[in-house]
Amino acid sequence: MSDYLRSYLTVGIFGLVGVALVGVFLGLGRILRPDHPNLAKNEAYESGVEPTGDMWSQANIRYYVFALLFVMFDVEAVFIFPWAARLEAYEVFGLIEMAIFIFILLLGLIYAWRKGVLKWV
Amino acid sequence: MSEEIVFIISAVIVLVGALGVVLSRNPVHSALFLIQTLMGVALLFLIEDAHFLAAVQVVVYAGAIVILFLFVIMLLGVDKAEELGIDPIGGQRELALVVGASIAALTIVTVGWSVDGATGSAPASAENALDNGLTDIERIGRVLFTDYAFGFEITAALLTIAVIGAVVLTRSIRREDVLADLEPASLELPSLAPAGANDEDTPHDGDSGNSGAEVSSEGNRES
Repeated sequence: MSDYLRSYLTVGIFGLVGVALVGVFLGLGRILRPDHPNLAKNEAYESGVEPTGDMWSQANIRYYVFALLFVMFDVEAVFIFPWAARLEAYEVFGLIEMAIFIFILLLGLIYAWRKGVLKWV
Repeated sequence: MSEEIVFIISAVIVLVGALGVVLSRNPVHSALFLIQTLMGVALLFLIEDAHFLAAVQVVVYAGAIVILFLFVIMLLGVDKAEELGIDPIGGQRELALVVGASIAALTIVTVGWSVDGATGSAPASAENALDNGLTDIERIGRVLFTDYAFGFEITAALLTIAVIGAVVLTRSIRREDVLADLEPASLELPSLAPAGANDEDTPHDGDSGNSGAEVSSEGNRES
């Protein structure tokens, strides 16, 4: 196991300590606080409108475009990272290539923008 | 030794997730199990010192791709109960059984009987002495800006085409939705009646389309 991988162990321990800390304090709160549940308190929205219908409702098709735009810029970011990590090694060629890459992707964004996809309302 | 422990843990995560994807009744649960599997694969990448790949696996696959899957599942309507007894395409299940068994047999043969291991004898780093000492993100960057510079730009074009296709498809589907669910009360929108006749994007068109989509989604919720 490399040293670099070993450093992930620190990340894992850090995460476990974080989860344990939240658990300990939530548990402490549960022990210490008064607990008198009644019907009104257990409602999802106290003194609000009762939720009706099934929670598995069909989503609007318009959300899909946002998800796809998100994927597009996610992938764009993935390609930018190797370039940004060794910026000096790729010099002007890398800069021009990345500029072309981002420009082509911008065309898609501008198209979506002009078609009014980004506007909600 | 520690690598074996990490491998076994991530293998269990991957396999449990994969079984969950197949066995879940609810497609949303399948998508969530898929996240578990992809996270486990990211762990496997970490063992192979492919740190950038592991990060990409989490960011793109577990983040974006599964979100896209979930959106498609929600769009198709998870509220509708599926009749699993009916086979829409005949012989599909038998074919799946045969293909699955063949892939399993092929995998066992490849892993068990190959001389140099499934991926060949030479490790990737020994093959190219120049790459020694570079992290995987630097190696990916090097091939991205030398050998695969053209493919890299083509990827941008591919992504742009995907976005344009999605925009076009969702717009046309929305218009059909509006036409199908058009109620007598909203018939005073003459621009909507001929489908495809209003290709120019006027603000009025956009507004009426939105209100129509609202109506149709309300109708779906009630049914």
